[in-house]
Amino acid sequence: MGLSTTRFGVFNPEKPHENRITDIGPRHFWEFFPPIIQRNYGKWLYHEILEPGVLVHVSETGEKVYTVRVGGMRTMSVAFVREICDIADKYCDGYVRFTTRNNIEFMVDSEEKLEALKKDLASRKFYSGSYKFPIGGTGCSVTNIVHTQGYVHCHTPATDASSVVKALMDELFEYFQSMTLPAKVRIALACCLNMCGAVHCSDIAMVGIHRKPPVIDTEYVAKLCEIPTVIASCPLGAISPATTPDGKKTVKIREDRCMFCGNCYTMCPALPIADKEGDGIAIVAGGKVSNRISPPKFSKVVVAYLPNNFPRFPEVCQTVKKILETYAKHARKYERLGDWVERIGWERFFELCELPFTYHLLDDYRLALDTYRTSTQFRFTEAAWEVSKAARGI
Amino acid sequence: MKAMFKPKVPQKEIKYEELRIYTDEELRNPTDEEMKNFKIKHDIPLLEQLESGPWPSYVADLKVEAWRRRRLADDRMMIPRDVVEDLLGQVELSFVHGETHWKHGGIVGVIGYGGGVIGRYSDLPDKFPGIAHFHTIRVNQPASKFYKTDFLRAICDLWEFRGSGILNLHGSTGDLVFLGTTTEQLEPIFQEMAHHLSQDLGGSGSNLRTPECCVGRARCEYACYDTQDVCYELTMHYQDELHRPAFPYKFKFKFSGCPNDCVASIARADLSVIGIWRDKIRIDQDAVRAYIKGDLIPNAGAHRGRDWGKFDIQKEVIDLCPTKCMRLEGEELYIDDENCVRCMHCINVMPRALRPGTDTGACILVGGKAPILEGAQLSMVLVPFMKLEPPYDNLKELIDKIWEIWMEEGKNRERLGELIQRMGLWRFLDAIGLPPAPQMVWHPRTNPYIFWKEEDVPGGFKRDINDYRSRHAR
Repeated sequence: MGLSTTRFGVFNPEKPHENRITDIGPRHFWEFFPPIIQRNYGKWLYHEILEPGVLVHVSETGEKVYTVRVGGMRTMSVAFVREICDIADKYCDGYVRFTTRNNIEFMVDSEEKLEALKKDLASRKFYSGSYKFPIGGTGCSVTNIVHTQGYVHCHTPATDASSVVKALMDELFEYFQSMTLPAKVRIALACCLNMCGAVHCSDIAMVGIHRKPPVIDTEYVAKLCEIPTVIASCPLGAISPATTPDGKKTVKIREDRCMFCGNCYTMCPALPIADKEGDGIAIVAGGKVSNRISPPKFSKVVVAYLPNNFPRFPEVCQTVKKILETYAKHARKYERLGDWVERIGWERFFELCELPFTYHLLDDYRLALDTYRTSTQFRFTEAAWEVSKAARGI
Repeated sequence: MKAMFKPKVPQKEIKYEELRIYTDEELRNPTDEEMKNFKIKHDIPLLEQLESGPWPSYVADLKVEAWRRRRLADDRMMIPRDVVEDLLGQVELSFVHGETHWKHGGIVGVIGYGGGVIGRYSDLPDKFPGIAHFHTIRVNQPASKFYKTDFLRAICDLWEFRGSGILNLHGSTGDLVFLGTTTEQLEPIFQEMAHHLSQDLGGSGSNLRTPECCVGRARCEYACYDTQDVCYELTMHYQDELHRPAFPYKFKFKFSGCPNDCVASIARADLSVIGIWRDKIRIDQDAVRAYIKGDLIPNAGAHRGRDWGKFDIQKEVIDLCPTKCMRLEGEELYIDDENCVRCMHCINVMPRALRPGTDTGACILVGGKAPILEGAQLSMVLVPFMKLEPPYDNLKELIDKIWEIWMEEGKNRERLGELIQRMGLWRFLDAIGLPPAPQMVWHPRTNPYIFWKEEDVPGGFKRDINDYRSRHAR
C-alpha cells in the first residue's frame, strides 16, 4: 500500500483515535547499515584519511570501506535529498549517512567505485555555479559549520543562520577542502543565546546577541503572558510587576540590570527584544569538546559585537578569517585553537589577531571572579602599557 | 547477514516504488536554463547574492524547489503552492528589517503527544499567505543517521505532498526536521509516517529530547560500546518521557563511543555517556616502529596538507601526553596505564599501533547545557566507569534515580546541571545513592564551610547551655 494521496490519508478526523499508532520510536538502525558496515560492525582496525574528504576504514576481515564526505546545507529541499539518493543508488547500493555536523557521507567498497563517485560529486553544481557536493571537511580542516534556524524558522533570533554560514563557508572554502591547519577547527553558529547548537565549546563560534532591553507591549502583557512566570524568568531580577494608569497589570524593567539574554521574551511574547540596530553577532573562541591532550573547555568572548550586515556579513567573515589564519600561522602541530591561546596567553591572542580588548570582555556574571588573573604571570603587550600610562606607572 | 541488533517493534519493509506519490515526470528537476529564467513572486535581491560562491547555496536549492512546486497539479500538494516562495520573501524582508517575522510560539501538536511539533506562524500572513502556518515536525532520526534511499525518498514524497518540501538533515539535537506545514496536516503526516514508514516523532519542550549517538562501532575503531544500540534501547524504553513532557525542563541523552566525543555530549547533554576502557591500551610494537621509521602516516593522515617535517614520536606523542605516562626504550613503547587518563591523543596519532583496551564501558557524566539561564555548564563525572550490556538496566536504573530527584526538586526551567549546582554535588549524590569520589572534581573544596550532618558528630547537635556554662563563666 502506497503513501496516501487523499487530504487526510490514514488519519480520520471524524474518529481521530481510530487505528492510531503511537510510541513506536525511530526506524531501527541496523537495516540502514550498508552490507559492508553490517559485516564489519565492531571489527574495524584502523582508518586513514587518504585526501581531504576521503577516508578508508580497514576491518580485521580485510575489507575496506571508503567514505567520501561532502559539505551539506543543513536546510535543504526534497529535490536536493532526492539527488543525494540518486548518487547513493548509483554508487553506494542505496545507502547514505549524515554526520553530526551536517555533512553527507557516501560509502563504497572499492577504489574503482571511489574514483567514479568522487568525480561525479565534484561535477555537480547548482545553476548559479555553487558546488552541490563539495568534498572535504576531514582532518585538520575547517569542517562544516553547525548552525541553528535563524530567520528561516526561529521566533527569537538575534541574527540569521543559513546566510552567515553560507557567506563564511564561501570565505573559508579552501580550508574545507584542504588539511593545512595545526589541528581540526570546529566553527559553529547560534542565532541567539539559547544556543540550540550548543556552540559554547567551539574553536570559533558566532552567537547572535541583542543589545537593547525588551520593549513592553503594555496593553497585552497580561493577555499574552503569565506575569509571575515572566518575572521569574529574568536571571537578574530586572523585571517587576507594574500597573498602567488605567489599572491594567503589566511589568516594568530595570534597564540597567538587563543583560539582553532574551529569556523574558521566550516566556512572554509581549516583550519583544529583537531590534535592527541592537542585534548583531558576538564572536567566541578557544573552546572544544574533545578530551584530546587537554580537557574540554568553553569558548571565550573575543569580539562583543559585530553588525548584522546582510546578506554576507563581511565584518564577521573577516574577523573569523583573521582569527583562523593567525592561529594557522602561529600554533604548533596538534594544538587546538584554545590550547594555542592558553600557551601564548590571551593577551598575546588579542595582539596577534589585532582585536581590541574592551570592557565587554570582562565577565561580571556567575563565577566571574574565577576569570580574574590572580598572578603576576602575564606577558606585556600594548594593552598593558596603556593601563600603566593611565595609572601614571610609566 | 544475520542482524546483530533487532528492532523492538515490528517495522514495515520500505520499498519506495510501492510507497511513492509522485511520477518521474513530476519529480523532474529544472535545467540550468530554466532556472536562469525563473523568477519567484517576490524580489529577493539580498538573498540572491547568496546564490553564488563555492559553498552549496541553500537559496539556489530553495528556488529549485519553488520551480518544482509551480509545476505540480493542485491536488498534488496539500499545503499552499507558494510556501517556498513566501518563505524566501519573508527571509528577504527579515534582512531588510533586521528582525525575524515569525510570531512567538503557538501551541499545536498531535493528539496524545506534548512534543515533536513546534508551532510557527508568520506575523505577516497577508503578505506571505503560503507560510501563514509554518509548523515544524521533529522526526526521530535512526541512530547515527545512516539511511536507505527507499526510506529517504518516501519521506521526501510525503513531505512534498503534505508540507513545504524543506527539511533539515539534521537539526541540532539530531532529529530529521520537517520545516513548515499547516495545522491541518500535522495528524495526517504523523499517522502516515507511523502506518507506512514505522516512524515516530522526536522530542520538544520539557521532555526527553531525541537521543543522539556517534557513528560508533558501525565505522569507527575507537568505540568502546554499542552507541547505536544504547541510543535505540533508551529511546524505546523512554518513549513516554520522550512524547509526554513531565519534566522541569528539557533533558538530553548523548552517546559518544570514546573521549573524542564526536557528538559533543559533554557540552550539550544532561546525561553524557562517553565510552572508555579500564584495562591497558593495546600496543602493536611493529606498527610503532613503522610509525617511527616513517612507513605509516601519523594522525591517520589528518595533517596531510602541510609539510610538518618527519614524524617525531617523542615530540608529537610522548611529550604531549597529559600525564607523561609514556616512554620509549629503544624502539619499544611503554605506557604506564595506571596513569593514563585516556585522552586519546596517542591513539589518534598512531591508530595502527595503539587501540583502546578490551575491558570497555562508559563514563557517565551529567549536567551539560548551553548558557540559558545560569551560564553554560559542561557535564561532570558521576559514574567513572559503567559496563554497558543489553538491556542496559544499570544505566536505566541510574537515569530513573536522577529523574526522580530532578522532578522532585527541580524548579520550572531548571536543567539538571543547575539543580546540582543549587543543591551541591554531595546532596545530589546522597539522593541517588552514590558515594563521592575525587574523580568527580578537579580538586577538593578550598573553603572549610562544610555542612556537617548531625550524625557525623558525636553527641549530635543538641547541647545544654548549663553544661557549657559549668565550665565557662559568662
